[in-house]
Amino acid sequence: MDFILDFLSEPSIIAGLTALIGLLALRKSFSNILKGTLKTTIGFMILGAGAGVIVDSLGIMGNMLEQGFNVTGVIPNNEAIVAVAQSTLGRETAMIMAFGLVANIAIARVTKLKYIFLTGHHTFFMACLLAAVLGVAGFTGAPLVIIGSFLLGSTMVLFPAMAQPFMRKVTGNDDIALGHFNSASYAVSSWIGEKVGKGSRSTEEMKLPDGLSFLRDNTISTAVTMSIIYIVLALVSGREYVTELSGGQHFLLFAIMQALMFTAGFTIVLAGVRMMLAEIIPAFKGIAQKIVPDAKPALDCPITFPYAPTAVIVGFLGSVVGGFIVFLILPLVGLPVIIPGMIPIFFTGAATGVLANAVGGRRGAIVGSVLNGAIITFLPAFLLPMLGDLGFQNTTFGDSDFGVIGILVGKLGDLMGSVGIYLLVAAVVAIFVAVSLPKGKKTDVAA
Amino acid sequence: MKILAICGMGLGSSLMLKMTIDEVLAEAGIEADVEACDLGSAQSQKVDYIVATEEIGEHLQSIEGTPVILVANVIDRGEVHKKLAPHLNL
Repeated sequence: MDFILDFLSEPSIIAGLTALIGLLALRKSFSNILKGTLKTTIGFMILGAGAGVIVDSLGIMGNMLEQGFNVTGVIPNNEAIVAVAQSTLGRETAMIMAFGLVANIAIARVTKLKYIFLTGHHTFFMACLLAAVLGVAGFTGAPLVIIGSFLLGSTMVLFPAMAQPFMRKVTGNDDIALGHFNSASYAVSSWIGEKVGKGSRSTEEMKLPDGLSFLRDNTISTAVTMSIIYIVLALVSGREYVTELSGGQHFLLFAIMQALMFTAGFTIVLAGVRMMLAEIIPAFKGIAQKIVPDAKPALDCPITFPYAPTAVIVGFLGSVVGGFIVFLILPLVGLPVIIPGMIPIFFTGAATGVLANAVGGRRGAIVGSVLNGAIITFLPAFLLPMLGDLGFQNTTFGDSDFGVIGILVGKLGDLMGSVGIYLLVAAVVAIFVAVSLPKGKKTDVAA
Repeated sequence: MKILAICGMGLGSSLMLKMTIDEVLAEAGIEADVEACDLGSAQSQKVDYIVATEEIGEHLQSIEGTPVILVANVIDRGEVHKKLAPHLNL
């Protein structure tokens, strides 16, 4: 009995079982099922191993920030925070994710929100966020998993719905949706972009220099940006302090090695997540297609890039500017310092550029992406206190929707305890009912 | 036969691309090991074919003898089928 209980509590095994059930449901061959289940389980463990590598270098960054600037600082990186969270929240995350996938299919089947969220790593991140904030709100065990899965499934249909009016303008059809948990920012930024961009011409008529393309290789972009950050921090905290931390090694070399160590850990985490999802997401898609015939796949943000490649660059640069401005303001107003994370800024900025350009031309793209950069640098400052122990890891979630959900659940839990969360669940159910009520003509989901 | 599906991060688009390739190959009755991967890790693998998104294509230094196939839309089965056809005799 003990064996079974312990067996089912291992997060890597929960992930493996999710794949197993999916593959069984699709009637795959025995060898496929065995291979898929084992690879998923091992992928989860690789992710955990990456976490170990990241934690130490993040700690060093935190020390230098405190010494040099006398502030608590954080660099948002989804992979890092989630990897670090697995040691305390692994089991809850894995279960919320497993049942969250089921909830997505159920909600899509039953309501008019026919979105199937296929960006597995974001589902995984949101499951982790929910595990953290619901835990802080006092939930544990079965209620935590049930509420967490319901909320996860809900975000998987509601956020794509929020971005869809703008996606339609980009793609020219209603067949694909955006499955990227930055939809709140996409919607707000594109809406503002539309307002200011009336009559503005498309970004695609602009000419831009080529030099920024190295950013598409995530290992390189992380290594470069982290090295710059660590070197700056080392210089500011002083040779003496850092040499103490390094145990004698030259302080600048130490800084670079720590930055590269972070990159190494990050790459390991990515490999683990990739292996874990390689079986789960295809199975999820296969099952969803059978149960929800008119399902709209909600896909990762690069799906938008081919529609407006210049907007990608404009959007990225705009978000860097927006993020940098907020970064300078935060310490002045006594909030934790959020060092703009290059990866969230690149992907969200690029997609915002495309979406805002579609409704507001180049002016919309520029204004919208600056706003996006500001939002994703600002929100984490308010999210940190909601995460309990997880708020002290020198890293946090990067995209807007994690901040929105985390702050919403955190505040409700703070003000009204578990009652607040139950009210939230009731409100979400009410939204689903309202959206799905039969009407004379086809209803559009209001942004 | 081993095929690599590549995108920038190796998570979102390449997994979609892998699924599309899997479906196209299943329909044609061809067996292959398709793996999703990011740009950085791709260079070190020995495979039969590389399929990547167009915007990544410019960054792929040609890997000795490995054909690189570029697609614009990772979930468009028609396009993937069309582009793979000359290589795999679909």
